[in-house]
Amino acid sequence: MLCENCGKREATVHKTVITNGQKQESHLCELCARESGALPDFSFPNLSIQQLLGSFLGQEPWGGPAMKAPPQAEPTCRYCGMTYTQFAQSGVLGCAKCYDEMEPHLLPLIKRIQGTVTHSGKVPKRTGGIARKRRELQQLRHDLEVAVQKEQYEEAARIRDQMKQMEAEIKAGGGGSGVE
Amino acid sequence: MWNKLVTRPISKWMEPGGPHPEVVLSSRIRLARNLDDLTFPHRMTEADAERLIKAAEDGVREINLMGFAPKVELYRLAETPALERQILVDKHLISPQQAKDARHKAVAVSEDEAISIMVNEEDHLRIQVLSPGLQLQETWRLASLVDDALEQKLHYAFHEERGYLTACPTNVGTGLRASVMMHLPGLVLTQQAGRLFHNLSQLGLVVRGLYGEGTEAAGHIFQISNQNSLGKTEEEIVAHLDAVVQKVIETEKQARQHLYREMRLQIEDRVARAYGLLSNARVITSEEAMRLLSDVRLGIDLGVLPTLAYSGVNELMVAMQPAFLQRSEGRELNPLDRDTKRATLIRSKLAG
Repeated sequence: MLCENCGKREATVHKTVITNGQKQESHLCELCARESGALPDFSFPNLSIQQLLGSFLGQEPWGGPAMKAPPQAEPTCRYCGMTYTQFAQSGVLGCAKCYDEMEPHLLPLIKRIQGTVTHSGKVPKRTGGIARKRRELQQLRHDLEVAVQKEQYEEAARIRDQMKQMEAEIKAGGGGSGVE
Repeated sequence: MWNKLVTRPISKWMEPGGPHPEVVLSSRIRLARNLDDLTFPHRMTEADAERLIKAAEDGVREINLMGFAPKVELYRLAETPALERQILVDKHLISPQQAKDARHKAVAVSEDEAISIMVNEEDHLRIQVLSPGLQLQETWRLASLVDDALEQKLHYAFHEERGYLTACPTNVGTGLRASVMMHLPGLVLTQQAGRLFHNLSQLGLVVRGLYGEGTEAAGHIFQISNQNSLGKTEEEIVAHLDAVVQKVIETEKQARQHLYREMRLQIEDRVARAYGLLSNARVITSEEAMRLLSDVRLGIDLGVLPTLAYSGVNELMVAMQPAFLQRSEGRELNPLDRDTKRATLIRSKLAG
């Protein structure tokens, strides 16, 4: 069926109006229907990724409506003062420290948008070595606790020496950063 | 050098010689980087923003010292006219956001315009490398070198688990967005584009129009890029996009051949009409010109218009944008004047 108005395009918008028992039908193409106002205009403002992110962040429960958290419980970054609500509204964090400061709330979100939470790509050449050493240091600290618990004091002493060396290396190579 | 940047409608990515020029206009790698002792740009004090520009200057000096790329120079955008910033947007060297509010913003660009580093955008630094045609691996390697050079001087915000930390969690991890600008008239005309784009989204890739998020696909030009930045290595992300794009190229070429086989006369007519309009029109809007140039590009590939070069068409697509026309005229132009200038430019270009 062709559009009743222009007679050129296929009619895709069919409207039936019944007034006082009188049936009135119209068959229009999309363009004519839009012009006649029979079709709502679906053009909507451009949503940025931040706005979209913010919209589903809003639903992200850190307390949920049932156990509404008191205002002071809202996650806030101690370094830049960014609150989780501000992040939910803007979609951008305040500083690099926010990732650790709001970690429990960010992790589920990162998982949702990235599908994972663990980086496996490039590591900074100069400072990345320190990142790796810090990770090793953490492991040694754990090993030390285990050794002490098992009363393996020789092993503990060896680990402690290793840790001292590692700490010295981190200190030597860790210049340049303002907030450590 | 700034003057050259805003008067020549030529950038590295428009040069001839890239692989698959008939379908791929350019390959782009973008790395988002932040420094660990400054708040993100939207929460920065003016003093910190200036500190960051100074730090970026140190980084740029290091790039030049290492000498792996043509000379890179940093420009403070606040000191430049809005019209000239728009030209950098048209050349894909800075983002529209970076051009809009230029206070405390800067960009460093290499002489061949392959490398650009935006300072104080959504992240502290956005490293970008653009190459002609499909060459993602090479482009990634160059971007990574730029990244290494900057890192010699700057202390990046890097997290052992989360990787490079970015203002928006959609970029965290590698901070990498790899994208390819493709001309897909065959898939659009054979009505396969919608299905293809749906399939691409299932493969973790995103399709956008020419000028990024939310823009219309003017002239059948689409940007395909990776959706996620965390979890996979940079090489894996790049290789995945590359493999999919190779497949898209193949499908696009099949669609073009199919069209040409089944409707040779109509296709030849369409291309010839486009060429005829472009070489004779006295007034032309950029939308119409983009549409017709798309047909002309298709015609070059099918051998209907063998005398034209892809690089010339790419150049026109940038040079005919309002900002360039107004800059070369030295004044603001009303829409009719612009459309007239555009028609003149295209006519002279096609006449050789």
